[in-house]
Amino acid sequence: MQQIILLLVVGVLAGVLGAILGIGGGIIVTPVLTLAIGLDIKYAIGASIIAVIATSSGATIAYLKDDMLNLRVAMFLEIATTVGAIIGALLTGIVPTGFLFVLFGAFLLFSTYNMVQKLRGKVAEQHTGAGADRWAKQLNLNGTYYDKANHEQVDYAVEQVPGGFAMMFGAGIASGLLGIGSGVFKVTAMDTIMKMPLKPSSATSNLMMGVTAAASATVYFFSGAIIPSVAAPLAVGILLGATVGSRIMQYLQPRLIRMIFIPILLYTGLQMVLKGFGVHI
Amino acid sequence: MADKKTEMAQIELIIGKILRIGVMVSATILIIGMLLAVIHGGTGYAEYQFPTTLTQIFNGITMLKAGAVIMLGLFCLILTPVLRVVVSIYAFAKEGDYLYVWITVIVLVILMIGMAIGFIKK
Repeated sequence: MQQIILLLVVGVLAGVLGAILGIGGGIIVTPVLTLAIGLDIKYAIGASIIAVIATSSGATIAYLKDDMLNLRVAMFLEIATTVGAIIGALLTGIVPTGFLFVLFGAFLLFSTYNMVQKLRGKVAEQHTGAGADRWAKQLNLNGTYYDKANHEQVDYAVEQVPGGFAMMFGAGIASGLLGIGSGVFKVTAMDTIMKMPLKPSSATSNLMMGVTAAASATVYFFSGAIIPSVAAPLAVGILLGATVGSRIMQYLQPRLIRMIFIPILLYTGLQMVLKGFGVHI
Repeated sequence: MADKKTEMAQIELIIGKILRIGVMVSATILIIGMLLAVIHGGTGYAEYQFPTTLTQIFNGITMLKAGAVIMLGLFCLILTPVLRVVVSIYAFAKEGDYLYVWITVIVLVILMIGMAIGFIKK
């Protein structure tokens, strides 16, 4: 009973944060499961895959209703993430992961620097579409959203579509092979490479990560890596948290969301680089 | 441009409905399963032992085993995003956006391949 309540509360927290930032919440769920409950990492990964799907479905309902996410960007980029995820899963045990951890971790650290620059206003946070992309036009990717914090309609153009697509492919491989950073990479690719505003980046990442995770979730489900008594309270808590979080997010200043995102990006990047060198934190 | 906006609104409405149904159904089943676990004082299975095939799950449900009910709820939760992709194909087709019908079909095929690999690898 005590464990059920703990998991429900953790779920709500992970759901709120995950919905706001567009990440899977593994960053909260995994440490609690392994450290506080003492679950084997295999079962913790199974539970965090369920957490990703719950966050995605719970948050997406509000983001669809309020037109916050970019459905075309999501659909198009899902090709890259799903192919990447499958290749990543197949490469498990074949490719040495150390190098990849360092590579992807370094990318996240670079993105942290980039996000700090944006926060300090050194890189303009404008989305006028000066560098409008041929692909964005062809694929009809440019979008618009209503910012409830600033009471304004924000039109934005999507840039560097091939670069973003390539990054998503890498993100897919990373999540399939390394089982980490399902959402962090997606948000970063849209925000840093494709120059989308942070809010639609987060909302779109929320939509996408459910699909990427569903492919690997069936594997975990049928191999018995998902413990029902752990996953159920977690999932219910997350569904609740994500529903609330997706509503809160729309009233937050993009600047504030960025300030919450940066330490998580830094932490995940450091964790990956260190893991690549054989240090576990 | 106005046409494109209403088109998108239609598609988003349909997908939103599917997601809401999926979330409601899985959450309800999960909560029932959790209540059963509390009432029965356990999942009905030994620790780290739970049904992992659909037959086992259905057998467990007929015996009202909490673990089996929860697994069904989790399975519904996993299927929701897949269903969302399937419905998106229909929604894009209905609005005559064939470029995105194809893009979404490709995503679904890849997803199916991924699941098939999962079954085989197991």
